[in-house]
Amino acid sequence: MARIDLEDVGHRYGSADDAWALRPLTMTWNDGGAYALLGPSGCGKTTLLNIISGLIAPTRGKVLFDGRDVTALPPEARNIAQVFQFPVVYDTMTVFDNLAFPLRNRGWSTAKLRQRVEEVADILELRADLGRRARALSADQKQKISLGRGLVRPDVAAVLFDEPLTVIDPHLKWLLRRKLKQIHQQLKLSLLYVTHDQTEALTFADQVVVMSQGEIVQIGTPEQLFETPAHRFVGHFIGSPGMNFLPCEWREGAATIAGVRVETSSRQTPPPGAALSIGVRPEYLELSSTPGPNAVPARVAAIRDQGIQTMVQLEVGTSLAWAKLRDGAAALPSAAAFARLPPARCAVYADERRVP
Amino acid sequence: MRLSGISYRAGSELWLRDIDLSLASGGINVLLGATLAGKTTLLRIMAGLDRPTTGRLLDGERDLTGVPVRRRNVAMVYQQFINYPSLTVYENIASPLRVARKSAGEIKVRVTQLAETLRLTQFLSRYPAELSGGQQQRTALARALAKDAELLLLDEPLINLDYKLREELRAELTQLFAGGRTTVVYATTEPLEALQLGGHTTLLAAGRVLQSGPTLAVFRRPASLEAARAFSDPPLNVLPARVLDSVQLPTTHTPASEIVLGIRAHEFSLAAAPGQAALSGRVELAEISGSETFIHLACDDVRLVAQVPGVHDLPLNQPCTLYIRPASLYGFDKSGRLLFAPES
Amino acid sequence: MSSARPVNQRAWWFVLPVLISVAFSALVPLMTIVNYSVQDILGPDQAVFVGMEWYREILRDPDLHGALLRQLIFTTAVLAIEIPLGIVLALGIPERGWRASLALVLLAMPLLIPWNVVGTIWQIFARGDIGLLGYVLTQFGIDYNYSQHPTDAWVTVLVMDVWHWTPLVALLSYAALRAIPEPFYQAARIDGASRWAVFRHIELPKMRGVLTIALLLRLMDSFMIYTEPFVLTGGGPGTATTFLSQYLTQKAVGQFDLGPAAAFSLVYFLIILLLCFVLYNFMKDPQ
Repeated sequence: MARIDLEDVGHRYGSADDAWALRPLTMTWNDGGAYALLGPSGCGKTTLLNIISGLIAPTRGKVLFDGRDVTALPPEARNIAQVFQFPVVYDTMTVFDNLAFPLRNRGWSTAKLRQRVEEVADILELRADLGRRARALSADQKQKISLGRGLVRPDVAAVLFDEPLTVIDPHLKWLLRRKLKQIHQQLKLSLLYVTHDQTEALTFADQVVVMSQGEIVQIGTPEQLFETPAHRFVGHFIGSPGMNFLPCEWREGAATIAGVRVETSSRQTPPPGAALSIGVRPEYLELSSTPGPNAVPARVAAIRDQGIQTMVQLEVGTSLAWAKLRDGAAALPSAAAFARLPPARCAVYADERRVP
Repeated sequence: MRLSGISYRAGSELWLRDIDLSLASGGINVLLGATLAGKTTLLRIMAGLDRPTTGRLLDGERDLTGVPVRRRNVAMVYQQFINYPSLTVYENIASPLRVARKSAGEIKVRVTQLAETLRLTQFLSRYPAELSGGQQQRTALARALAKDAELLLLDEPLINLDYKLREELRAELTQLFAGGRTTVVYATTEPLEALQLGGHTTLLAAGRVLQSGPTLAVFRRPASLEAARAFSDPPLNVLPARVLDSVQLPTTHTPASEIVLGIRAHEFSLAAAPGQAALSGRVELAEISGSETFIHLACDDVRLVAQVPGVHDLPLNQPCTLYIRPASLYGFDKSGRLLFAPES
Repeated sequence: MSSARPVNQRAWWFVLPVLISVAFSALVPLMTIVNYSVQDILGPDQAVFVGMEWYREILRDPDLHGALLRQLIFTTAVLAIEIPLGIVLALGIPERGWRASLALVLLAMPLLIPWNVVGTIWQIFARGDIGLLGYVLTQFGIDYNYSQHPTDAWVTVLVMDVWHWTPLVALLSYAALRAIPEPFYQAARIDGASRWAVFRHIELPKMRGVLTIALLLRLMDSFMIYTEPFVLTGGGPGTATTFLSQYLTQKAVGQFDLGPAAAFSLVYFLIILLLCFVLYNFMKDPQ
């Protein structure tokens, strides 16, 4: 088990004139937690992961495992396991030998390691394939082998994942995700998962760290990030599609869109001079044919039936917004002319930040 | 374009067998299937890069089967962002126009137009290696569109991009292809992508066509259990009819004991309502995804996945009941053939 | 209609000139050789058909057996030394930077030298009186003379070949190593694998294709080797370093016995073909 602390850890590739790939940060990862690092390409998430695993030595700062300074320690001395984007298996060996490899390197006797390997193979549902050559297996099975090599070591404190489901087909992704969650609950390891796919991040993690351009934008539970994104970037990045941001003005102590007063969950007054918008998720935008409180005039620009949901594109003033309807077009009032924003589900954003 | 009796053998493997397919001209045709189902092979045959072992490729009355790719009017976009590395973005987009010997003035107009549509205007003088993945793929796309070919083939073009970028580019693509004269064929492994693109969908599995038709029709009325499975994400819940023995199923010639039911994950709800059937079991996992929860339920010996609205943090092994309207059930006989489907 | 690849008729027109020149320079001579091999050529216009006579004679010729044996020993020794040495050298070259470029250039230099010049270099280099190596060795009291002692001649020829051709194996191996993606090394580090384990389980398997090529190239070339040993030792002392191709040349050019020489060269060609075929099948990826 490991509690991982990062003290003022930052990294740049190249000289001191280059930009930070990871801006200096300080944070703690709790023992046994499941974390996701979520962000677009180039945001620094893989850099952060590699600093924690020891594959990169940070330009500055210290990394501590359970209070011990491990910054100078290589990965093999850190009790971590890492699963990469594409499966890394030793082609010439059988599945059994692959899983046994880390233990053999530590001098374990064959009798002792057989038991451990079989245990891990059971957890990963690979028991039947132990005798097969590793290269004959499918991509998801190979990823399981990669994961298994990490799990066989009894002293493994944390497992780090670098976009591990990238090469896996959609229905196998489900099975693998479920397996990862089960392992988390069973073995109580710390799991750190890097991804650009928000569904993976939100379903997998207890805490999600959203990153952009080398820095952490927000940390929170999946629910917090979805309901109360602290930053426009988080609102846009999480959710499929992302949050709608409708430009608004502040008049007489409230936000207004096209002259209609909109009650939001924001209690404070936004700073003067800031660019204001109201953020509301497509899942919560309602359509009605009659005016009412919080209902803004809107025109239906497009309707897309996508099988499990219906997407409606609305023109609200000069901007476009999407509404996501679960129950299909039947729920669409035929003469929809108003978009209703539920007060509890929207907030005012001043420049990029949410107004609390 | 029509494919008739196409099969393709390479070495000892039969990659495609007996494919009969009609492409809807001027719209999007999605090829949906798992990896190695034969999508890329089929695209290559449509392009003329490979010659089918048997069968014919027809365009209206013309037989294109033996016609080499150089003489076909086709453009292709690949998974790996393929551009000419030694040419600038401008030159990349202009290359098919130069091959077609258009005048410099015409080229300039068309390239500027495409660059604007695909938001590449500020990158025109850069080289592909200096661009991000999304920008490189947009360049490849612009080049394919510049050719103004009758047939545009896209082989999982967005799969190497970030999730968010994929979403944005997909929306752009849908708009680009709407109402055009080009026949677009788009290969993908993701059912959700097919639903978002609309148009027509062909389901491919192990080199065979499972079903082909307008996307929503194929989705709502799968011809077989295999087709329903291929077009479901989250995976289709499959259970024997006896698990819901209290439910009145539509009458069919098949005895109830042989009927297999299919339920799509989003049809479940946690709230009971009159007339609904109940499935009870233990929670194996509750995955929270934004405003929805995926509940993995173990019900007798069946494992179900439900996609319900709202955030429900259910602890492990808690008993839980899911409700389903009988009208949203799919029924299949033991050979996989569709018996009944929800009325749409 | 059933064919796997689109047939482009126009391509044949491009290939035709090449086909014609290959026909003239290779096929016709080959047929001529086959023709000669079944005849006894007594003079410019006198030739008697002798059937398989020459083949029988060759296969019984003790001088040939000697040359063949020497050749087999030589080729085996060459492969056994050059392949592992080449791999070791490749492993030693850094991945990038100026040091890597320098190492690659230095390695490539022996490959650029004309083969008879290679022979000449070593001929002088190994001489006891004016050659650096020979002189140093005799200074150390080692009785070294490659023109008189068969063992010394063998060692010198071997060392010369290793010096000349190992860089090829090294360069090919280096290219193969660079193609291995980084995550494999990272995962091996995390697994606690020793350097040897990394080599054995990651690098060697991934180098398989390239090593097959290197092995085949060295097999063929060393089996046909002529210039370097000829310039260095002339085949001597006596016949100590007379390998197959030199023996063939002596027979055909020296003794102008075209019939047996033709038969011999066909047999020679078939031996190499057989060796390559066996080796290729052995090294081929079972997938």
